[in-house]
Amino acid sequence: MQLGYIARRFGVFLLIVWLAASLNFLLPRLSGQDPVRTKLLQSAQLGGYVQAGLEDMVKEYNKRFGLDKPLWRQYLSYLQSTARLDFNYSISNYPRTVRELIADAVPWTVALLGVTTLLAFGIGTLLGALLAWPGAPPWMRWLMPPLWALHAIPFFLLGLILSYLLAFHLPLLPIFGGYTAGATPSLSLAFLWDVVSHALLPALSIVLVGTGGWALGMRGMMVTTMGEDYVTFAEAKGLKSPTIFLRYCVRNAILPQTTALALALGQILSGAVLVEVIFGYPGIGTLLFQAIRENDHFLIQGIVFTVIVALGLATLILDVVYPWLDPRISYRREA
Amino acid sequence: MSPDGVQRVTGPLPPAPSRKGRGSAGWRYLRRNRSLAVGIALLSLLALFIIIGNLTVDTELARPLSVRALQPPSWEHPFGTDRQGRDLLAAMVAGTPLTLKIGFVAGFLGVGIGTVLAFIAGYYRGVTDTVIRGIADIGLTVPGLLVLIIIAVSVRGGLTVNQMAIVVASLAWLYPTRTIRAQVLTLRERGYIEVARLNGMSGPEIILREMMPNLLPYLAATLVNAVSAAILASIGLEVLGLGPLESPTLGMTLYWINFNAAILNGWWWWWVAPIVIILIVFLGLFFLTVGLDEIANPRLRQQA
Amino acid sequence: MNASVLRVERLRVSYDHPQGAVRAVDDVSFSLRPHERFGLAGESGSGKSTMALAILRLIRPPGRIDGGEVWLDETRLSSLSDDAMRKLRLAGIALVPQGSMNALNPVVRIRSQIADALADHDSALPPRQLEARVHDLLDDVGLPPAVADMYPHELSGGMKQRACIAIAICLRPKVIIADEPTSALDVVVQRQVMATLGRVQQELGAAVILVGHDMGLMAQFVDRLGVMYAGRLVEIAPIADIITAPKHPYTRMLIASLPSLERKGLMQGIPGLAPLLRDLPPGCAFHPRCPMAADRCRVERPLLRDLDGCHVACHFA
Repeated sequence: MQLGYIARRFGVFLLIVWLAASLNFLLPRLSGQDPVRTKLLQSAQLGGYVQAGLEDMVKEYNKRFGLDKPLWRQYLSYLQSTARLDFNYSISNYPRTVRELIADAVPWTVALLGVTTLLAFGIGTLLGALLAWPGAPPWMRWLMPPLWALHAIPFFLLGLILSYLLAFHLPLLPIFGGYTAGATPSLSLAFLWDVVSHALLPALSIVLVGTGGWALGMRGMMVTTMGEDYVTFAEAKGLKSPTIFLRYCVRNAILPQTTALALALGQILSGAVLVEVIFGYPGIGTLLFQAIRENDHFLIQGIVFTVIVALGLATLILDVVYPWLDPRISYRREA
Repeated sequence: MSPDGVQRVTGPLPPAPSRKGRGSAGWRYLRRNRSLAVGIALLSLLALFIIIGNLTVDTELARPLSVRALQPPSWEHPFGTDRQGRDLLAAMVAGTPLTLKIGFVAGFLGVGIGTVLAFIAGYYRGVTDTVIRGIADIGLTVPGLLVLIIIAVSVRGGLTVNQMAIVVASLAWLYPTRTIRAQVLTLRERGYIEVARLNGMSGPEIILREMMPNLLPYLAATLVNAVSAAILASIGLEVLGLGPLESPTLGMTLYWINFNAAILNGWWWWWVAPIVIILIVFLGLFFLTVGLDEIANPRLRQQA
Repeated sequence: MNASVLRVERLRVSYDHPQGAVRAVDDVSFSLRPHERFGLAGESGSGKSTMALAILRLIRPPGRIDGGEVWLDETRLSSLSDDAMRKLRLAGIALVPQGSMNALNPVVRIRSQIADALADHDSALPPRQLEARVHDLLDDVGLPPAVADMYPHELSGGMKQRACIAIAICLRPKVIIADEPTSALDVVVQRQVMATLGRVQQELGAAVILVGHDMGLMAQFVDRLGVMYAGRLVEIAPIADIITAPKHPYTRMLIASLPSLERKGLMQGIPGLAPLLRDLPPGCAFHPRCPMAADRCRVERPLLRDLDGCHVACHFA
C-alpha cells in the first residue's frame, strides 16, 4: 500500500519532468526562432569572423534538430538528450557545455538556498509558535511589526536596500560576486571566510524577509490549533505548559506549515534568482541572467529544466515525508 | 472558545447609537480594521502621486536622452536624472501606472479565469475537477518565474507592456483556482446549498446566487493577492532584462540601475525613488490583503 | 456525614462580548457528596459546560470567573497557585470530555496520551511498568490492549470516549466531571459508555458530575439532579423526586416533554425560545415562557430555597 502512494507521487514527478522538457522544446520553436543561426549572424555582423568550432556546433545541432527533420524526430532526439542530461553546448560560452556551466553554479545556489530556507523556516516557525503562546516573554511582541512589514516585500528589494546600507554606505560587506575577483579558490580558512562574507548579504535578504512570513503563518496555525478541543483537554489533564506547547500545539500546527513550505519552494527559488542577480552571486540565477543577456537559448533551457526537475524532486521528497509527520494521512488514499 | 455554545450574534443587534448614514459606519470600521485603513491609505497616496504627477509633469521627459544625464535632485529635476538622460520624476510618474496596469490586468484575468475554473471544478466535481486540480497542482509545483522566462525569451523582439500582462496572466490563474476551489468545496456542504439544490435551482444559479455573494470578501482578498503576485512577477521579468526595454516601468528602472551599477557608483537618487515606490506598492497591497482577510474570516477578528 | 467532597459556592462566570458581558454562570451553588452521582442538566446555552470548566479553573479570556468559591474537600481552589491547580487537575478532579469529538491529540498514540499525563504529575513509569499500567487502564474501560498503539482516528466514537475515561481515571481522582460523554454516540454505544463510567466510578469510589441534556440518561445514572436555566440553578433534588414530582415550572415542562412508552398523545414542548444570555429579562429568567408567571416574577429574581431536601428557585414552589 505504501508503495502505491510513492509510485503515484513519483509518476506525477515524471509527468512534471516531461512537461518541462516539452515546454522547453515547443516554445522557442513556436516562435520560429533559431538561436544558433541568430548567433552566427550576430558573429558575422560583428566582424565578419565566425568563431572557430561554431561551425562544428552548427553541424551537430542541425544533425539533431535540423529544421529539415520532421518535428516529431526533433522532439524524440530532444527528449533523448535531455534524459542523458545533455543540454548541448552553451552558445555564449562555447566550447563549454551547458551541463558544465550548470554544474559549476548549482553548488553555490544550493548552499545559499538550502541554508537560508532552513534558517528562515526554523527561526520563523519557532518565533511564530512563541508569539501565539500566552506564556511567551512579552518583549517578543515587539518583533512582530518589523517582521510583518519585512515579509511583504520581495527578497531582492531588501537586497538592494541592504547592499546600499551595509556594502556601500558602511563598507562592511562585499557588494558583489561569490568571492573576491581574482582570488584562487581553495579550502583555506581565508578563502572560506571570503566566500561567507560574500554570501552574507544575499543570505540576509532572504532570511530576514522569509522569517517574517513563516512566523506569521505559524502564529496563525497555532492560534487555530490552540482553539481545538484536544488542547482544552490537555489543560484539563493538568499537563505542564511546555508539554502542551510542544506536543499538542506545535506538533499539530507544524503540519500545515510544512505543506506551505512545499508549496512555497517555487516562489522562494524565484526570489532567490533575483537576489543572485542583484549581488552577482555565482549561482544559477546569475547564470540565467547572463544567458538571457546573451540570448543563449540552450543555456536558458538547460537551467530552467534543471530547476524544474530539482523542485519537483524536492516536492516529491516532502510529499513522501509528510505522512510520516501526520498519521492521519494514510498511504493508501490521498486525503 | 466558548464551549457552552453561548449565543452570540444570532438575534437582532441593538440599534446603532447614531444613525448618520453609511459613511460614518465605514469610518468606524476602518478604525477597527487598521490593516485595511493603512492599506487604503498607502495605495491612495500612490494614486495621488500618479494622478497629480501625470497632470503636472511632462512625461515626455521619461524618454531616454531627454535631459542631461546623472544629475542629482534639483528644482529642475526633483528626482534627479539617470544615465540614459531620463528625468526620474517623469519616469516614475509614467512608469508606475504601467507597472500597476500589468499587475491589475494580469491579476484580474488570473482571478477571473481562476474563479470560473474553481467553481466548475469545486461544484461539479468528477473528471473535470480531477483535471483542473491536477493541472493547477502541477503548475504550482513549477516555479512561475522560470516558465515566464521561457515564454518571454521565446517571444520575438521582446515584450511590450500589454504582452507582459498576458504572459503573467497565463500563470496567474493557478493559485486562485486552487484556493477558491477549496472554499467552494467547503461551501458546497452547507445546508443552504442542499436546500437550494432540492428547490430545483440549477447549478449556475446556485453558484451565482448562493455561493458567490458569500465568497465575495474572499474573492476580493484573493484578487489583491493576485495583483501583488503579478506585479512581483512582472518586476522580476523586467529586472532580468526581459521586459519592454524602452518603457520606464519600475522593474525596467531597476534593471538599468543594476546594469549601470548605480549603487556602487553612488548615484543614490536613481534607486531611492523606485525602491520607495515599490515598497509602498507592496506594503499597501499587503495591508489591504490582511484587511480584506479579516472581513472574509471573522474568526481572525477575535484574536489579538 | 454530610462532608462534601466538592462544594461550589455562588459561582459566577461571564464572557466579554463587544456588545456587553454575558453571564454564563450566575450565582450557582451546590455540593457533591463522596461517591455521589450528581447530574447537571439543561439545554444548550444554559451554562453547564462553562460550569464544568470553571470548576477546573480552565476559563480563558474572553471568559472570566467573576466570583464565588469552589472547594475540594478542605482546599479552596481559588487560593491555589497556578502550578498547584495544574497538579490538582486529573489527580483530584478529572474531566471526561466529549471524546468522540476532538478531545484526543490526533498525532499522538493513545499510550503516549496516558503516559504524558502520568509524567507531568510526577508519576512517570519505566517502559515495562508503563505498558502494564496502560493495559490495566484500557482493560478497566473495556478496551483491548492493542488500542494503546493506535491513533485516535483509528478508533470509533465509543472507543475514543472510553479512552478518555481511561485517561481520566489514571490518577485515581476524587471527582470525575463527565461533560456530555455520550452525545454524538448511538444508543447502544451510549449504554456501554455509561456502564463503563459507572463501573470505574464505583471501583474508584469517586464522585461524578454528569453534565448533559438527556433526561433519560440522567434518570438511569444519577442520584441527584440539578437543573440549569439561563446560567442559573433552578432546581436540585433526588432524581426520583425530579422525575415524579418536579417543583419548578421549567423542570415540570421538561419532564412533561419527555416522550413516554405508555402514554400516547401530542408531544408537549416548552413554548418560546431559550433567552439570549446577554439579553436576560429582569426578575426570573424563565418568566416569559412560564405559565404561572405573575407580576412578582417579572421583578424579583427567585433564590434557591430548601424544601425538605429539594431546592427550588421559584416564587410559587
